[in-house]
Order: sequence, then structure tokens, then C-alpha cells
Amino acid sequence: MAQLDLRELHSTEFPVPDEMQGNVAITSLSKLYNWSRRSSMWPMLFGLACCAIEMIATAASRYDLSRFGMEVMRASPRQSDLMIVSGTVTKKMVVPIVRLYNQMPEPKYVLAMGACASGGGPFKEGYNVVSGIDQYLPVDVYVPGCPPTPQALLYGLIALQKKIDGQSLANMDDVPWYGVGPAEPTPVPILGPDIIDPRQMDLIRRQAELAAQGKPYGLREIPESALKRQTAQIAPKTKPQIAAASGTVEADDPEKAARLAKREAALARKKAESGETAAASVVADAPAPATGGDKKAFDKAAMLEKIRAKKAK
Amino acid sequence: MTVTEIPLVEATTSETAISRLKERFPGAVQDDSRHGYSGVVVDKSKLVEVATYMRDTLGYDYLSSATAVDYHGIADSMEMVYHAYRTAGGPALVFKAQTDRAKAELPSLIDVWPGADFQEREAYDLYGIQFAGHPNLKRILLWEGFNGYPMRKDWREAYYEEEHKPFESRWPAGWVRRAEELNVYGKNVHYPADFDLAKLTDKSEESLYSDLGLGVNVQDLSTENGHLKTDKLVVNMGPHHPSTHGVFRMIVTLDGETIESLEPVMGYLHRNHEKIGERNSWNHNMPFTDRLDYLSSMGNNHGYALAVEQLFATGNKWNPPSYRAECIRVLMVELTRIVNHYWAIGFLLNDLGAFFTPALYAIAEREKILDFFEATAGARMMCNYMRFGGLYKDLPERMHSVANLINDKVRDFNTMEYLSELINERIPRSIDELDEFLTASEIIKSRTVGVGYLPPEMAIAYSAAGPLLRASGVPYDVRRADPYSIYPELEFDVAVRYNGDIYDRYLIRLDEMRESVRILKQILPRLEKTKGEPVAGISQYMPRVPMGESYGRVENPKGELGYYVVSAGDEKGPQNPWRYHVRAPSFINLTALGPMCVGHKVADVVAILGSIDIVLGETDR
Repeated sequence: MAQLDLRELHSTEFPVPDEMQGNVAITSLSKLYNWSRRSSMWPMLFGLACCAIEMIATAASRYDLSRFGMEVMRASPRQSDLMIVSGTVTKKMVVPIVRLYNQMPEPKYVLAMGACASGGGPFKEGYNVVSGIDQYLPVDVYVPGCPPTPQALLYGLIALQKKIDGQSLANMDDVPWYGVGPAEPTPVPILGPDIIDPRQMDLIRRQAELAAQGKPYGLREIPESALKRQTAQIAPKTKPQIAAASGTVEADDPEKAARLAKREAALARKKAESGETAAASVVADAPAPATGGDKKAFDKAAMLEKIRAKKAK
Repeated sequence: MTVTEIPLVEATTSETAISRLKERFPGAVQDDSRHGYSGVVVDKSKLVEVATYMRDTLGYDYLSSATAVDYHGIADSMEMVYHAYRTAGGPALVFKAQTDRAKAELPSLIDVWPGADFQEREAYDLYGIQFAGHPNLKRILLWEGFNGYPMRKDWREAYYEEEHKPFESRWPAGWVRRAEELNVYGKNVHYPADFDLAKLTDKSEESLYSDLGLGVNVQDLSTENGHLKTDKLVVNMGPHHPSTHGVFRMIVTLDGETIESLEPVMGYLHRNHEKIGERNSWNHNMPFTDRLDYLSSMGNNHGYALAVEQLFATGNKWNPPSYRAECIRVLMVELTRIVNHYWAIGFLLNDLGAFFTPALYAIAEREKILDFFEATAGARMMCNYMRFGGLYKDLPERMHSVANLINDKVRDFNTMEYLSELINERIPRSIDELDEFLTASEIIKSRTVGVGYLPPEMAIAYSAAGPLLRASGVPYDVRRADPYSIYPELEFDVAVRYNGDIYDRYLIRLDEMRESVRILKQILPRLEKTKGEPVAGISQYMPRVPMGESYGRVENPKGELGYYVVSAGDEKGPQNPWRYHVRAPSFINLTALGPMCVGHKVADVVAILGSIDIVLGETDR
């Protein structure tokens, strides 16, 4: 085993005598704390799909995860610090995943390994597939690839270590788990006719009211940002052209035609009323497509506010 | 003991079998006259009788695949397609039963072939076909309470865009948008119009436990013949469990430590291969097949290529794969078999409690083969290497940036030299090493000998395949029983063992690896001889495939992998499959798990599951 060298910990201008180099370090509490956490990041022994095989290969002899203090894969969430979401998250599986995440003690991190865990990957359009674990959990590191090679996973884990290095004990945003009171658990999704995110209950209720009134529901106006993503070289089709083209094609399929007509009617109506309350509320209801990092920051802010409120009481 | 006891008539071809069927059941059995289709259509009222006759008199004792197809828009009917084989070998007897879409109901064949159990449940889950007489007809891949039957042609996903790929939104000139931007929830969900949140109940769990008869019945607690009746205990293993090889789940009912019943619960990795496959173009499905059995992607590629090539062969413009392409295919597939069996043995030992030491050795050997895959196909695991009529590209002259066989340093190799060292020295040596350290181990023997016994007639009845079937004494290997590619000219034996327990399933994997090495040694000189022959497949991006159906099957490391593809709906030849079904060996082998575990202890369940060697990508698809 390599000798422990404390030089990497040393972080002040106080000199260490030559004969004690490597044996004594004068450092800040944050740095010591981060150093010990980053060097014993225990992942959960938890494989979902193809990526799990590469995760196992990473832990095996050639790539040797234990060089980073991460080889202690724990089968119990209570003993683990890091959830490597290694594979496609299905609607049926996301329920146990969220439950497992809630069972992990703080501080806890999530690494989305591969295309599926990051955004649905090749299976995104599938009826039983969640488009990325960040729909439900705050993700710290995304590792691209299908599956990522062991090298890529190692790089992702090193990126996580860097993230931990940047955290400070003095900043509550970095260490919210030292706040007062228990942390709010992530609401566990429910398996109804489709998967239900409890955080969207109000939205679902409002959409159901629209449906009951016979109004179009479940669809949304296409945001300006999407329209801007057109390639410039070829003259882009305009919306009416697309509608007309698809309308003629689908004339023989009444169900699809009805669906398209519904969608177009919704779009037209919203365009006409743009700025007015009815349309605006539907759009505003939708959560901003946030990245994982943003979401985590947002959750923490909410949590801090709660803590402050409690303190004020 | 095995196949010889089954009364075989002299009818050896499926044609004679069909004519006998028509004689026996006049009116109820008709030829499938659709263009490009084969087999017979059986009247659904006579289905069970016909199937029994097939099994008992004609000798078709092995039901390979049973799957549903929805012909919405073509014929307004749904049908179940069955492929039955003889374990003595020979081609399939294909028969179909049709039913109305609005009221889809068919008799269950579970009494004739118990192996139809999961496959019928899958058809019920995804197509909504009711099977009269099925004792446990509930959803298998999705959860109880899911809205609708998703594989029906008129059922649309939340992210539905169009019937065919590539979607217009992905074209360079198109109107680039993401599916979630059109959905109010920003998620891959949609709810029915009459959805009432107030009445929402999560029925997915409750339905799993409802039939178990739990709870204390006071009257049953009385002593009877001097024995105190004990209460049952239910243990839930998975989907997050270190020994379930992924996200598999078992609900085990225990009496003390002994297993009374075991119910597999799956679908935690159901990622809709088949529905996505119907939108994809034919070529487009090739990388998806990699992700079925993700430990043996080359074998999956081969099966799919064979199935579609059978359809191409019925058209007029078709060049079959060159001899070199066939040789490389066999090379890749046999290497994959070795890779898979390394993994299976390593993790079987893991499950037996030898935590990770044997697996580390096995994985280290596996890496050497993956290096070769990476140099050739570009990827370690998801090779996406085969094409219709050939391969993605030839073997490279040299392999760069590959770890050395000896000390893991990055070097540059001549590919053929690397291969010959791998096949002639490295792999045989490591197989011997595994054999030497594991086979005679007292601990392994006491944990595995006689545990998880599967008698041969049950293995056949449950449609078990691959090592599971052959370890029970049934010498059935698709490479010999229904040969494909260049296997007829290669010399190898079908590995078979007779005890049908975990130990034999471990031994048969060693045997199969040795047979694979034997095949590979014959392939090497063929590769040298055919150097320079073209190997590329068809060059179109979106090939049109002639109309018809086909069933391509290969002997994958886990068992018989079959692809049932239907090309329909477009006279010119459609650009995407009408139906793309995968007969997954892991899925169907699990039918035998419950009966194998009854009477054993909880710790044995893990070992029995490990000896079946499942992979969840394929089980759930």
C-alpha cells in the first residue's frame, strides 16, 4: 500500500520543517473534511442495465476503482454515499430508486452513468422509460456514453471528487445537511395509469379539469427557443406548411387526424390569446427544463429558507 | 430418457406435418396463404386439440416462441404466432390463431406447453389478449393499473411523433424540437381524459401479494397429526438486490427456511424494444439488439441479421454474405460465448459466496476479448457489428492502443497474431485455470450438487433453452438442430450433461467454452485463406425489405435467441418492421425458476438463479 503523504493536504503558508514533510500538514477544516470524504466515496452496489456491466468492469482488476477509495460498493443504501445510476431508468424502477435515494444518509451524491440515465438515451421515446433520472433526483455528475467506458466512469468520479473539493464548511449552500431538522425526502412517484410525480399533482388536476371541459389537455405550446433551433442552410418549413403536409398524409387515419387537429387548435388558440391569462397559466405551470445542477441549487435554497424560518420561530 | 421416448412419426418435414394436421382436423387447419407467410392458421376453437396432437403425435414437443401481432389497419385482427420444434431437430412448425381486436380472446396453451406461461402473459400485458384457462393471467412487464395495451398499433406513447423514423423533427431541414417540450408535464407521461386523481390507488404492489393467501388463519393453527401448522412468511428479493443480476425481483413464500413458492416479478428494465423497433428502420434496429443481452451483443446482432436476411432472400436483389463474412460472424459469436460464460461462471461463484475473487479472474480474461472487439467494431460491449448481408467492416490489419496480453501495457499488435495467441494459448489456459480451482472444490460441490434439479421432460416442457436445457440431458443446440451460417462444416460436439443441477450447469459452461475454442481454432485458417474477400453488407441507409414474416434463431450463450419479424403494410416493401419480436432465452428460462426452487432454502435461490444465467436487458426487453 502506498504511504500516506500529507503534502497534498497542506494548504497554509505556515512552513513545515523538512524532516516532517509528508507527515505533518497544517490545513483548514474544510479541506480536511473534503479530503476524507472524497477519498472514501462508497458507491451503492446497484446496477440497472448495460452500464452496470461497465461499472463492474471499472471495479475489477484492470481499471481498479479502489485507487480512488471507491471500491467499497455497499448493497445497503444506509452505508453508501454515492448512487451511480447505471442504466435505463424505467417508470417501474424509478419508484424503488427514489425510495433508495431517500434512504441514503446525507451527504449523498448522484452520478448519472450513460445516455439513458442522463436523458433517456436511445430508449427515450419508450412508454415505460423515464427521460433521465434528473427528472426525479438531483444529479451531480453526468457521464456520457452508451455505455461509458470504464475510463469515462473514472473521469466522472474524479469530476465528483473535484466538486467535493470545491465545497466549503462555511457555506450552508454547500453543506445543507448540517442544517436544523431532517431533510425533506424526495416524494416517491406513484404508479397509476402512468407514472405520477407527486410534485405535479396540482398541474395534473388542472389538466384533468381542462379535459373534463372537453378542452385540449396535456399538450403545450412550443416555446420560442425550440423554434429558433432551426438550421440556417436550408429554408425552414413554417408551421402551417407542416400542418398542411401532415394533414393530407393523415387524412385516412381519423384518429391521428383528430389528434393533430386538436393540437393545432390548441396552438392556434394559444397564439391568439398569447399574453392572456388562460394560455399563460398553462405554459407557466410547466416546470422549466432545468439541468440537474440547477435543480439541486434550487432545492437547497428552498431548504435553507425553511431552516431560517424555523430558526426565526 | 429424453427425446427417444417421445413417439415420433416418420413425418420429418413441416410439410408432411401440415398435411397430417389437415387430414386430422379438416376445416380447422388452413394454410396461411398470405404472401411471404408460412405455416397454418388454426381455428381458435380447436387450438388446444391441434396443439396437443402436434405435441403427442407429431412430436413437436418444444414450443420455441409464442407472440402476438396486431394487424390493425391491414386486417383488423390480432393473431398469436407459435413456433414449435422437435427436440430431435428440424425446422419449425408455425401455426397461428386469429382473434378479433375488439374482443381479443384465445385459449391458453399452458396445459400443452407450460413454457407458454410467460409468453401468454406478455401478450396479455402488451396486446390485451385474454387467454382462457391461464391460471395467473396478470401483467408481467408493466404494472397492474397501467393505461391500455401499449403494443397495439393504435396506442400512442406520450412522446409519439410519427409512425416512421427518422422523425421529421430530427431532419436537418426540420423543425427541431424535443418531445418533452410538447408535453405540459415536461415528462414522458400522459393520462387518460377521465383520469380522476381522487380515485388513484397504486395497485401495482397489492396485486403481487393478493394470491399468496397470507395472514394467520386461526383454524389452521390447530395441530394436525401432531404437527403444529406454521404461518408462512413472504420474503421480497429485489429489484434492488446484489444477487439478482440486475433489477429482477422474486417474491418468495417460505415455510421456515424452506421455499413453498416463488414468483418472479419482472419489467423493471422493460424499455420497450419492440415498440421502438416498430418505428425504427430495419438497419436502425441493429444497435438496439446489442442492448438486449448486453453481455453477448455479437450474438444478438447475428440473430437479427439472420431473421431479416431470410426476408431479403425472398426478394430478387439479394447477395448473401460472403464466406469471409460468415467466418468472421462465427468468430465473433464464439468469442462472445466465451465472454458470456466467463461472466456467468464468475458471477455464479459470486452468488455462492466466493465474493468477487473468481469473478475478478474471469473479468480479467474477458477484457482481452473485449480489446479485440473494440479494435474491430469500435466498442467494447455494444458492438453493432453485423449488417444485413455482411459486416460493418473487415478485421483491422493491426490493433492499436490495446492492452498487452502479458502485462497490460499499451501496445500495437498484428490482429491475427493477437487472435491466434488468444485462441490457442490464453483462453484454453484460463479455462483450465477455472476448471482446476473450482471444479473439485468441496464447498462448490456441497452447495451445488443436486440443488435446483430440472428433469429433462420438464426442461423441454418449460421451453428452457441453452445450457439450462443441455445440462438436463437434452442435446438440443440450434447450431446442430437447425443449422445456420457455416456451422454445418465446422467440427464440434454439442455439450450435454445429465444431472440437471447447478453443478452440471456450471460444468456445461466450461464444456461449451472448450467447444467454442475448438470452433475458433478451425476459423483461424479460414480467415487466413479468405483474406481480402469483401465483407460489407447492403449499402442502403433505409433498405426496403420484401413483404412476409420470418423467424431467425441462433444459439446464443444464454439459449435460443429468436427474432420474429413481420414486414407488412407497404407493397414496395416497408422501410420499418411491422412487428419486431424477440424470443429472449433469459425470459423464457425463468419459467422454470419457480418449480426448480421449491423445497430448497433461501440461499439456494440465489445460486439457482445464477445458474440459469439471466440478463435483464433481454428478460424485460
